[in-house]
Amino acid sequence: MYWLMANLRQAGIIVRNEVFVLPSRIAVLVFVVALLALPIFTQDPYVLRIIILTSVFALLAASWDFLSGFTGQMNFGHALFFGVAAYTAAKLNLDLSIPPWGSIPLGAVGGVLAGLVVGIPCLRLRGAYLALTTLAFPIILMGVVFALPDFTGGELGISGLSRLSGSRVGDYYITGGCMLVFCFLMWKITDSKTGIILHAIREDEVACRSAGINTTRYKLMAFCISGFFAGISGGLYAHIMRLAGPSTLEVNTSFLVIIWSVFGGMVSIYGPVAGVFILFPMLEFLRFIPQARMLVFAFLVLLTLLYMPEGLIPWIRDKIEKVCPRCKARNLGTRSNCRVCNAVLD
Amino acid sequence: MILDIIVNGLINGSVYALLAIGFSLVMGVARIVNIAHTAFYMTSAYFIYMGFTYLNIPPLLAMLCALPVTVALGLLAYKFFIKPIQEHEAAVLIATIALAMVIQEAFLMVFGGHYLGVPPLVSGYALIFGVKVTWQHLLALGVALAVLIGVRFFLMNTKIGLAIRSTAEDREVANLMGMNVTAVAMWAVAVSIGLAAITGAIVVPLVVLDPHMWMHPLIMMLAIVVLGGLGSIEGSFVGAYIIGFTEALVVFLLPMGSFLKDPVALTIMILVLLIKPEGLFGVVFEEER
Repeated sequence: MYWLMANLRQAGIIVRNEVFVLPSRIAVLVFVVALLALPIFTQDPYVLRIIILTSVFALLAASWDFLSGFTGQMNFGHALFFGVAAYTAAKLNLDLSIPPWGSIPLGAVGGVLAGLVVGIPCLRLRGAYLALTTLAFPIILMGVVFALPDFTGGELGISGLSRLSGSRVGDYYITGGCMLVFCFLMWKITDSKTGIILHAIREDEVACRSAGINTTRYKLMAFCISGFFAGISGGLYAHIMRLAGPSTLEVNTSFLVIIWSVFGGMVSIYGPVAGVFILFPMLEFLRFIPQARMLVFAFLVLLTLLYMPEGLIPWIRDKIEKVCPRCKARNLGTRSNCRVCNAVLD
Repeated sequence: MILDIIVNGLINGSVYALLAIGFSLVMGVARIVNIAHTAFYMTSAYFIYMGFTYLNIPPLLAMLCALPVTVALGLLAYKFFIKPIQEHEAAVLIATIALAMVIQEAFLMVFGGHYLGVPPLVSGYALIFGVKVTWQHLLALGVALAVLIGVRFFLMNTKIGLAIRSTAEDREVANLMGMNVTAVAMWAVAVSIGLAAITGAIVVPLVVLDPHMWMHPLIMMLAIVVLGGLGSIEGSFVGAYIIGFTEALVVFLLPMGSFLKDPVALTIMILVLLIKPEGLFGVVFEEER
């Protein structure tokens, strides 16, 4: 009993000293708690469904950010990983009757393979070349899907997948949990030594290579990791919609992922998640003007970018927090001394 | 059949060449991957339809009016939405995507998703080796080739063309040589949108208009630009005819051809890139730091 109390107190101190000192960390905590507690307050299927889809796309956007933001491999065809995983999960689920807990990870393995297929020819390309070449892959696959309607269901896709879980609340916790866990995992990877190497590849690949780092291996790894997480979200999507259709491979899907991520703020993992959680429900909310929905959406994105070209979340973060000039620790914007080294903040 | 393929391939190729050259210009001079490029091609096509249907002016006059209006619109969009954020590459990227979506949705709102059309300027057909080819197709081909020659003349023989080419090659040195890079970028955007608008005018009697018609040429244009080498005008030209003829061949010869025309063209692009990563006519630069 005493041991438990001591541990709890320790945890409390950590939370107070590390989380409550920064508004951005408080926001993350509030977000996680709110996401997990939402079904207690409302069981409305419409609301739950929107949040479920938002979580799925948040994972997708975060995986795009991992590849294109952190590693700098601008990917215009992220829908490929999503679609490949969705179709793989659907095929495995229907033809081999593998339940969702098996078909989604296997679909993610499909996403990894797709990452390799894209990554290997694209290793030598960079910048705009890379972006435009990656755009090609989902379109090629979409042509194949349309050309083989017996195998892929053609325009209608493969429907009738088994449910993710018995209830909507179950679906909610599975997708929400997956999103939180995998985004945290990605954030941890970008924070590790590997993440620093990926960062270095983005900043200067030549210097990175001359420092003795096998950039080829790390770039391929970034493609595979990104493909894996995008694949998880693709599999989840297929089981939630109970359908894997060609819409998962559309150019629009790739473009939307980019819009969400850049809007939220690239190179941060949490930025794209926030971007999806703002833009996706907003698009749903705009249903009251059905004709002008996308118009208003695109226009809002354009206007936001004019004032915050770095993305929404970094902009807000820079407003409410400042970086200590001496030790680079982040501080609340109203402080006059650094919380770590006590240096005077400007 | 063979003549159909040749005529269609030539028209596709010329149309794509016009689009790809315009895209390359902006890409080279202003370093903008302009996803909205073909959206302006659609804009011009819709303006022509509007002028013809609602204002009852003859199609030719509508085309002449649509050109400056589209260019003005493009310049305004560049000035207000793209230029302020030009240093932020990612932001520019999604700004152009969002711009294309705005244009698409605006037309979807005004005209709905209906398929619309403009009657041909000239009716009738010519018999070439016993095969019917409409005069409209031949006219489109002739105009496209004339514009291509005009663009070449503009880029090679005028002072602004020289400025555009040199800025595309090296922005900083061009600036040091006393060129107003901002003004050159404006010119490049104007010429690029102008080319897109002319392309729209050329194809408008041949195709059906719908708010999603920008997507297919966009993909083809991107494939051509990568295939030919980014920023290379000759590359765009040659690549455009390769892709144009491929598309015509696939559509006419393969079953399910209309589904496969994009995949086949893009597969060719990827195969070329595997062998020659800088594209057919691309220049190998020292790796930029």
